Amino acid sequence: MNLITIHFERLPDWVGALPEITLLVFAAAVILLDLFITRKGVLAVVSIIGLVVSGLFSAGFWGLNRSFFNDMLAVDSFAVFFKILLLGVALLIILASTDYVRKFRRFQGEYYALILLSTLGMMLMAAATDLISLFISLELTSITLYILVSFLKDRKSTEASLKYLLLGAIASAVLLYGMALVFGVTGETQLVSIVQSLTAHAYGSFAANPALTMGIVLMIAGFAFKIAAVPFQMWVPDVYEGAPTTITAFLSVASKAAGFAIIMRVFLTSFRAHVTLGHEWGLIFAALAVISMTIGNITAIPQTNIKRMLGFSSIAQAGYLLVGLAATGTFTGFESSMHGTMFAQKGVLFFLASYAFTNIGAFIAVIIISSKINSDNISDFSGMGKRAPLLALALTLCLVSLIGIPPTAGFMGKFYLFSMAASNGLLWLVIIAVVNSVISAYYYLRVVKVMWFNEAPSMERVTSSVAPLVALAVCCLGVLLLGIIPGLVMRLAEQAAMAVF
Amino acid sequence: MDFNYLSVILFLPAVGAIVIAVAKGANEKLIKRLAAVFTFVPLALALYLFIAFDRSASAAGAFQFEENYLWIAPLGARYHLGVDGLSMPLLLLTAFLGFLAVLISWKVHDRPREFFAWLLLMETSIIGVFISLDLLLFFVMWEIEVVPMYFLISIWGSGRKAYSAIKYVIYTLVGSAFMLAGILALYFGTNSLNMVDIANLGLGAYQTMIPAAAIFWLLFIGFAVKLPVFPLHTWLPDAHTDAPTAVSLMLAGVLIKMGGYGMIRLCVSFFPDVAVKYAQPLIILALIGIIYGAAVTLVQKDIKRLIAYSSISHMGYVLLGIFALGNLSLTGAALQMFSHGIVTGLLFAMAGLVIHNIEERDLTKLGGLARQVPVMAAVFSIAGLASLGLPTTSGFAAEFLIFLGSYNSTVVPHITVYTIIAIVGVVLTAGYILWMLQQAFFGPVKQRFDNVKDADGLEKFYTFILIAVIMLVGIYPAVLTDVFKLGIAPIAKLIGG
Repeated sequence: MNLITIHFERLPDWVGALPEITLLVFAAAVILLDLFITRKGVLAVVSIIGLVVSGLFSAGFWGLNRSFFNDMLAVDSFAVFFKILLLGVALLIILASTDYVRKFRRFQGEYYALILLSTLGMMLMAAATDLISLFISLELTSITLYILVSFLKDRKSTEASLKYLLLGAIASAVLLYGMALVFGVTGETQLVSIVQSLTAHAYGSFAANPALTMGIVLMIAGFAFKIAAVPFQMWVPDVYEGAPTTITAFLSVASKAAGFAIIMRVFLTSFRAHVTLGHEWGLIFAALAVISMTIGNITAIPQTNIKRMLGFSSIAQAGYLLVGLAATGTFTGFESSMHGTMFAQKGVLFFLASYAFTNIGAFIAVIIISSKINSDNISDFSGMGKRAPLLALALTLCLVSLIGIPPTAGFMGKFYLFSMAASNGLLWLVIIAVVNSVISAYYYLRVVKVMWFNEAPSMERVTSSVAPLVALAVCCLGVLLLGIIPGLVMRLAEQAAMAVF
Repeated sequence: MDFNYLSVILFLPAVGAIVIAVAKGANEKLIKRLAAVFTFVPLALALYLFIAFDRSASAAGAFQFEENYLWIAPLGARYHLGVDGLSMPLLLLTAFLGFLAVLISWKVHDRPREFFAWLLLMETSIIGVFISLDLLLFFVMWEIEVVPMYFLISIWGSGRKAYSAIKYVIYTLVGSAFMLAGILALYFGTNSLNMVDIANLGLGAYQTMIPAAAIFWLLFIGFAVKLPVFPLHTWLPDAHTDAPTAVSLMLAGVLIKMGGYGMIRLCVSFFPDVAVKYAQPLIILALIGIIYGAAVTLVQKDIKRLIAYSSISHMGYVLLGIFALGNLSLTGAALQMFSHGIVTGLLFAMAGLVIHNIEERDLTKLGGLARQVPVMAAVFSIAGLASLGLPTTSGFAAEFLIFLGSYNSTVVPHITVYTIIAIVGVVLTAGYILWMLQQAFFGPVKQRFDNVKDADGLEKFYTFILIAVIMLVGIYPAVLTDVFKLGIAPIAKLIGG
């Protein structure tokens, strides 16, 4: 790895962390303001300002390629891409929460602050280039999420939180054990130093060192929990159902995106010491992809609760993303003339962006509808096409995008991702993935069917305040734009992808 | 080309769909008029392009009225439209049937706004398939059609409509899933999405890890579901039977032609060698489709289901024509696609009318209608005779070309035997068509149909247009074959036929 030092006068470390510091300050401000302010809407506005300011700082670092804090954190296009994505997701979630927070009698300020802190943790995950900073940022994210999941304070929500906490703690332990083994083999915690050490010892394959193998496998297990890949998905349905729906949306998109960021950072930097090694962990991801897609999609079919269904669907979506990860491992473009155009990670980045718009859009529509009809059951969505035609249309668009039918972001995301996989020799995996998309059509369209073809129990209109509708409109616009003219975002994903190789 | 005719034809129906969807104050009448306008203009433009189409020999294989703009730079995907001799008549057919579908739906009163919006959106998608020259654009257009179709069948259909709709969607998506894998493999192999380049250079210019035969089959499955090819046909009777009349017309008329078009455009012209290699098993599938389809049709009692099953048999002829791989047989297959489009379109329109006016779809309960509804009986009979391939109708011209072409084909072994077997299918066709006509319109007059209305002015209007086209193509097939030849000849040359 050559760290190009751009002609950027030597920045002090704290400047590199400006986006994170901003977010921290605003989170503290939100908690403090909460003590004095009775109109809680102000807190949402303050949080949004914080996210926007932080986003502007982040965007300022686009194209920079540097490390800060003794190489603990990187500021490169890859990190910036994820930071902006995560901040955008958090912004949409806060917009969508403005009605929903009335369900919480207390602690609204803490709710916003925790979302900001959780986003902060995820941003650090995207930037971490050292096993230690990586683990700390992961824990910051996880702990805030454990609290957020329990925010409804009813039985289901508490149970969900406890389950998430216990299983999450185990996953963290497993991850830490894996890291310890890798550290034991290489004597390094810096991702860049690890790859140097592996090369120096000629540990080019799993066979070369069993401890390294064990370490990598355990790290995959730990990360797979965060991105909810099968067989580490047991927590998903209960947590998704029990958590406040806004947090479910946040979990299903932001937490997953950050998880993929960290996996790509670690595996592409440290564990591609040799082509063989890359192929080996690539195949592990390929196997995870196959079972995640298949089990996610098949178990989603009988679900009657829409949050649970979207939970299983997010497992399947993680499976599609894993196809991209597998392709980064089996990357064959080293000697190719098309070198650089075949980086599979850009497919993952673009898919994550399109998935963010799509899934949040679906969740916001569900939030608006559910809070009106007071139910998460799919059968209660009947007749929405008549009661709220625009909302139903928006949800339909998002579901169609989740299936991957053009002209939506979901289709372009899959096309881009799968074309990377096909060009890295994984056509068999692509075929399994596209067949899985077909299976998924069955349960997504069931929701569409209920909304448009079944009779409505009442003709009462579904209303909502402006903020969630704005967020939903942004999502739908994003879904269509990324589906019809995806060139710009693909270009950005490409540049970001170059930074981690 | 100064004026982007193709883009206008392509997007006018979609624009119409949006206008209809958002026009708040529009009443039912205005919606229908809007729909008629937004489908008639593309038809007029398509007709103009058909007349202006350069038919000189130098135009063979060239694409006309091309539009080519960069669309998605990182993928190298282009917004690339164009028509050649193969796609021009199919474009005209789609615009024609799209307009007729609106007229046929004049009696739809249930949620008209949504109905016409979806119908028009579907037309855009089908047109897009026939004129796209970029693989990604082609696939996008191919897929978009699924959603309107799902809504159209599920809301306005009859019978087991929900089941038929989801079955249609799942079958289509399975097919397109394989097709997508094929396109991705092709994209990886050639690093190009340009259909013209890939066809011209041939895959021989590229060395890939993925064997050409594998890509051929991936693509073929996608098209075979749509055509449909036995044994992937089971969605068709359900979808055609339960769909509303206009949608049955579009389904049978143009939608399943996308499969045949794709086979010629992608499978045969990209992989001529592979096509030759596997022609024999595919022709056997075609024969099974012809005979089995016709045999099953013979025992149908539901009038729409009967016509639906007859499509399977007729599409068998298309498959036979394509994979006999001769110049003449391919032209015949293309003509059969066009002919089947208008003939079956007319049959479905008439069946829809029978069901609407008489409220009875069981053939065994109909009878003697020729006395009560003479116009409908006459038109239905003409359509039926065209379907069984009576000389002077388009059906005869097409089937004759296919049989002649495949009998003389030099590429596939034992083709003469296969052709003779296929001709047996014609006898079966005559059997079920005549049986249907006899059951419905002849025999003893039944009292309970005495007050049934005959076709009204609008219905007479569009059925007579369809009959005129059927006769025109039947008597003077060169009007189409001259154009088809220009598109087919370069493809046939690849095979050496």
